Amino acid sequence: MEIRSMRFKANASAKLADAGLQRNLRKAKGKFVDTRAVAIKEIDDFEGTRRAARDLRDRVLKDLDLWLERFETQATARGATVLWARDGAEICRHVVDIARRHGVKKATKSKSMLSEEAGLNQALAAAGVEPVETDLGEYILQINDNEPPSHIIAPVMHKNVEQVADLFAKTHHKPRKTDIPQLTREAREVLRSHFLTADMGISGGNFLVAETGSVALVTNEGNGRMVTTLPKVHVVITGIEKVIPTLEDLSLLMRLLPRSATGQSISNYFSVLTGVKQPDESDGPEHLYFVLVDNGRADVVGSEYHEMLRCIRCGACMNHCPVYQSIGGHAYGWVYPGPMGSILTPLYAGIENAVDLPNAATLCGQCSAVCPVLIPLPELMRKLREEQVERKLRPLAERLALKAWAWVANRPALYALGTWFAVRYLKWLAGGGDRIRVLAAAPEWTAGRDFPAPQGKTFRELYRQRQP
Amino acid sequence: MNPRDDILDRVRRRLGRNADNAKPADTQIDAWLATHPEGPRPAVRGDLADLFCEKSRKLSSSIDTVATLAEVPAATARYLASLHLGTRAVCWPQLADLPWGEAGLTIEPRAALDADLVGITGSFCAVAETGTLALLSGPDTPAGVSLLPETHIAVVKASRIVAGMEEAWHLMRAERGALPRAVNFISGPSRTGDIEQTIVLGAHGPYRVHIIVVSGA
Repeated sequence: MEIRSMRFKANASAKLADAGLQRNLRKAKGKFVDTRAVAIKEIDDFEGTRRAARDLRDRVLKDLDLWLERFETQATARGATVLWARDGAEICRHVVDIARRHGVKKATKSKSMLSEEAGLNQALAAAGVEPVETDLGEYILQINDNEPPSHIIAPVMHKNVEQVADLFAKTHHKPRKTDIPQLTREAREVLRSHFLTADMGISGGNFLVAETGSVALVTNEGNGRMVTTLPKVHVVITGIEKVIPTLEDLSLLMRLLPRSATGQSISNYFSVLTGVKQPDESDGPEHLYFVLVDNGRADVVGSEYHEMLRCIRCGACMNHCPVYQSIGGHAYGWVYPGPMGSILTPLYAGIENAVDLPNAATLCGQCSAVCPVLIPLPELMRKLREEQVERKLRPLAERLALKAWAWVANRPALYALGTWFAVRYLKWLAGGGDRIRVLAAAPEWTAGRDFPAPQGKTFRELYRQRQP
Repeated sequence: MNPRDDILDRVRRRLGRNADNAKPADTQIDAWLATHPEGPRPAVRGDLADLFCEKSRKLSSSIDTVATLAEVPAATARYLASLHLGTRAVCWPQLADLPWGEAGLTIEPRAALDADLVGITGSFCAVAETGTLALLSGPDTPAGVSLLPETHIAVVKASRIVAGMEEAWHLMRAERGALPRAVNFISGPSRTGDIEQTIVLGAHGPYRVHIIVVSGA
């Protein structure tokens, strides 16, 4: 997927001005927050469970090479083929090769964010393979000219039922309907015929289990089960950081993932898939491939951002983020929006390609407060900001201003004089009020809020006055 | 360098892997896999079958309880009649010997096809903590029967209702050794909330899940 994160400021402004989008966002706001708050109370020791999940992810990541080798051995022993991809282009090459080898004409897909990273649908189409997204949300986006998702769990959160109704009427050539159950039924009928005629199923993987060489897949719709049961070939595309040791570890993480994502105690379908169909079995794929993907992950291992690799892709951080809730997911410009995206995008797509993202946060800490694996997201954003300064990626005006400030701040007498003038000037600007509505030096800053006016004396003057 | 070695080499370099630290790490990994320790678990209180039924209802499944396996066909016929769902169904070959005909049902023991409207399955076990069915794929237990039809009827033996998912893994290790191709945990009917976060049942899989608990089995 093309990275549009460098246009964040312009995109965010456009999204704020988009009345339709703002209505849709307001409607969705808080739903996942409320359901999560209820669901986590079902766990007696939620904090202890989160700490255990954090420790589990950390222990795997510190020996990631060895765990990946264990997984590969087990998966291969059960008849799967394990392939590796350094980047999106290699993902596409592997999947197109597999499609050619098995004469695949149509591939049904369960949600895979990595295939978004790779732009896989375009590559398949170019190779003469018809890709069909089967998650209802992803399907709606695909028939809207491959629009990118705006949320990792609820991909069409930015759309309302009227927009979906228009798309269905246009694509399915059936009478337009706006009843949500009827629309869902229509999609079910269209997609069922694709499920039955596809030669290949493509899925992501929520977890890889090293003990058994399995992939664990979580869905509510059942499309994950369809694409891994009906076609003769199944391809799993997933990141190298997704490996966990045992089935017990899977149980631990499954207590956290659905609750953190949608506020469900458990998702409707949770499948643990191992190896290929046996000769006496009537369903299941004859060929199983794993594509284990780096695409920036290997370089984060052991780095100062390593905690980010714990992420289990629940989306709780964006559901609780005031910035995400105001602008939606598209403004972030790549696959992963919200706080997780503000860290993953610079790490995977290049820090210089997403300069605004780590700064697009108030550092309020909501994201880390709800993270099921206790990723210190605000701290990682702060580190990225520091790195931007070190690598001179901040705008020249900002760098010069900070340099000038540092030069003055190192000269106490000059600093005192400067602030003496500044507070008096600002007080005069406020014209006797307690706030300044438009600050000529920073009009953007006062576009959304007022600047509190100083009362006419500097801190040092007041401090001196109060000395006995 | 091929992608596999390149990726693993970079991970090893970042982790400072060498022959000296690989050995103790491998020993730790062996121990972890051998003991597969559990994480913290919520307490599961009261009767497991009661809890399983309560949680299943919360997930929009319906529940019936019978005393013996022989009563399952009559209970199935009752349920189908109550919703006007006909008298035909496909079932797991594992359940072929139940007296379906006596209950007035026409049941075909085989893998499911798109046209099948009702699918009847057993279950390997069931999880009380979340009201979840655990189904294992196999020649006599094809996975599609719980997926393709609009109605899924699942038979659960009360003796096979366990506290948590961990107990389900214990049972699989003890009774099967290796995992089958597919372990499917099913918690209520298929659903989606993708359009305006409005929950709709029957997205791609069954619209309804009916569970028959056999208390004496």
